[in-house]
Amino acid sequence: MARELWKGNEAIAEAAVRAGCQAYFGYPITPQTELLEYMSRRMPELGRAFVQAESELGAVNMVYGAACTGVRVMSSSSSPGVSLMMEGISYIAGTEVPAVLVDVMRGGPGLGNIAPAQADYNQIVHGGGHGDYYPIVLAPASVQEAVDLTVLAFDLAEKYRSVTVVLLDGSLGQMMEPAEMPPMQPLKKEFPAWATRGAENRERRMLSSIYLNPPDQEVTNLRLLRRWKEVEANEVRFKTYYLEDAEYVVMGFGSAGRVALSAVRAARAEGIKVGLLRPITVSPFPVQAVDAAVRQCKAGLVVEMNAGQMLEDVLRVNNNRIPFEFFARMGGIVPFPDEILAEIRRLAQGKASLEGHPRDRWLERVAAQA
Amino acid sequence: MTTTLDPELEQLVYERPDSLVDCATHYCPGCTHGVAHRLIAEVIDEMGIREKTIGVASVGCSVFAYNYFNFDFVQAPHGRAPAMATGVKRVLPDRFVITYQGDGDMASIGMAEVVHAAARGENICVFFINNANYGMTGGQMAPTTLPGQKTSSSPSGRDIETQGYPIRAAELLATLDGASYVVRRSLHDPKNIRLAKKAIRTAFEVQARGLGFSMVEMLSICPTNWGMTPLQSLQWLEEKMVPYYALNDFKVHPAVAEIRI
Ligand SMILES: Cc1ncc(C[n+]2csc(CCOP(=O)(O)OP(=O)(O)O)c2C)c(N)n1
Repeated sequence: MARELWKGNEAIAEAAVRAGCQAYFGYPITPQTELLEYMSRRMPELGRAFVQAESELGAVNMVYGAACTGVRVMSSSSSPGVSLMMEGISYIAGTEVPAVLVDVMRGGPGLGNIAPAQADYNQIVHGGGHGDYYPIVLAPASVQEAVDLTVLAFDLAEKYRSVTVVLLDGSLGQMMEPAEMPPMQPLKKEFPAWATRGAENRERRMLSSIYLNPPDQEVTNLRLLRRWKEVEANEVRFKTYYLEDAEYVVMGFGSAGRVALSAVRAARAEGIKVGLLRPITVSPFPVQAVDAAVRQCKAGLVVEMNAGQMLEDVLRVNNNRIPFEFFARMGGIVPFPDEILAEIRRLAQGKASLEGHPRDRWLERVAAQA
Repeated sequence: MTTTLDPELEQLVYERPDSLVDCATHYCPGCTHGVAHRLIAEVIDEMGIREKTIGVASVGCSVFAYNYFNFDFVQAPHGRAPAMATGVKRVLPDRFVITYQGDGDMASIGMAEVVHAAARGENICVFFINNANYGMTGGQMAPTTLPGQKTSSSPSGRDIETQGYPIRAAELLATLDGASYVVRRSLHDPKNIRLAKKAIRTAFEVQARGLGFSMVEMLSICPTNWGMTPLQSLQWLEEKMVPYYALNDFKVHPAVAEIRI
């Protein structure tokens, strides 16, 4: 199929359609709304289900109901809406039914703004809903990658009976780029042995997240955890750039990683041996790749569009072995390559430190500049 | 001692509907959840739709409804059953989809979900059990608790000055164009129970014909949390609840009025 110019949000919607998404439920919120609008046209055209729900609470529970029938189903939202969905996400995880959610993150907390941010990392990756559950979280850095990861999200959700989130920031949702769409998959005709579709010629089935007897709940918790260990073993994805001979490593996901790549290229042009590690699955987190980069490099830099949420996961792997620095823009601001380049130069000048916390040192640098 | 019945004289007049599982329930003695379950199960049997029905249980005493009904069931978060039912029904429009909800579930935490399911004319049946309190959590005030009614969270009786007024959910939902059939019945005596069953049947017929949203409210008792015997409870329902919650048809779409059962 030819490459065409696609807007991120609409590209994700069409990719979901082609992945065989049979039902979409959502609620308008910028910078995600084009996804809902696209679905409002496209799904009925194909005879598939579309409902603009009364709220994100409604939407996620419609997803939950549809997921129980064994079809491919999704919703999308942006940060404040995703907060409302946390209840449903926990229930979906507890019931072990597959569902795909797209979070096009914006500035926060609270109502924040509608500009791009990455501040839902903790909420999504480390679980904003109650209870022990483990979502698979995919973080694209281009429209093409968003398309590819949307298709993958449906496959992984089904394979692991898991909530799978495509996590991107508003700039990716809004930008237009050439992308190639995947082929149209046929809708599912066979449904898993747990799907509640009417007890025709079989025993009744029930789907629930309730295990009133604590030992039964514990068995479920262990099952979820073991399944997650399988995900960790098989589904880690990341991309490295210029890392083979690198002495310094930059890490960032999504748009932050993408902007960092420009900075890494500029630094290479200056002769600095720096590479980039961009996690694609931020959950499961690419622990081994981070560890390998730590073993190889003299110092590292984490770049995010939040206050250092992924930074903590990197630091846990680093375990104080090499100095790490941190750089962020927040509030809906995308970092400039030059800003990141300046940070890379500092690394190359040996200014990275093991004293204290990288976030605190970054805050001091910000204060010194002001 | 065992008595042998003369098979000539023996006549089966009452048996468990296929749509109910043969098991003991966790409901308290006298509770009318069991009556409501049975009525729904009888109607599903009579219509022969057990294998085509998917239930959505709510959070409340009826959270385990799926253990008692013998057809496919899912279990919604507190208040969200109409949204979950929407998800099921939109994917499987030829199945019968029902929710079974208490008053705290439907008329408090889940008010938005039920109102919008009704407004959309979602082709589902909502069975709404109004027992004037939150049964499962130990008898707290519900949106349906009567003025002056004592509950564990309105110990001096519901004070309308600070705790507001009860919600008449059937009347409220009946104002919505998407709702085709909205009625209130009571489960306090055999006559009213028969009327409730007829309403449940009508609700299913509405769904069978694709006529949209239906809701049958059933006034119910909660002897344990009301602190009364079952008999006293039935009397209290009749004397206190029925005057406040009129037993009536609040919305009957003309196409529904033509249904003959
Ligand atoms: C989000 C959430 N809030 C509160 C509860 C606790 N809770 C469980 S059942 C219930 C009340 C149910 O009352 P009602 O819907 O009237 O049904 P009944 O038990 O009387 O049949 C509450 C508040 C919960 N499970 N989930």
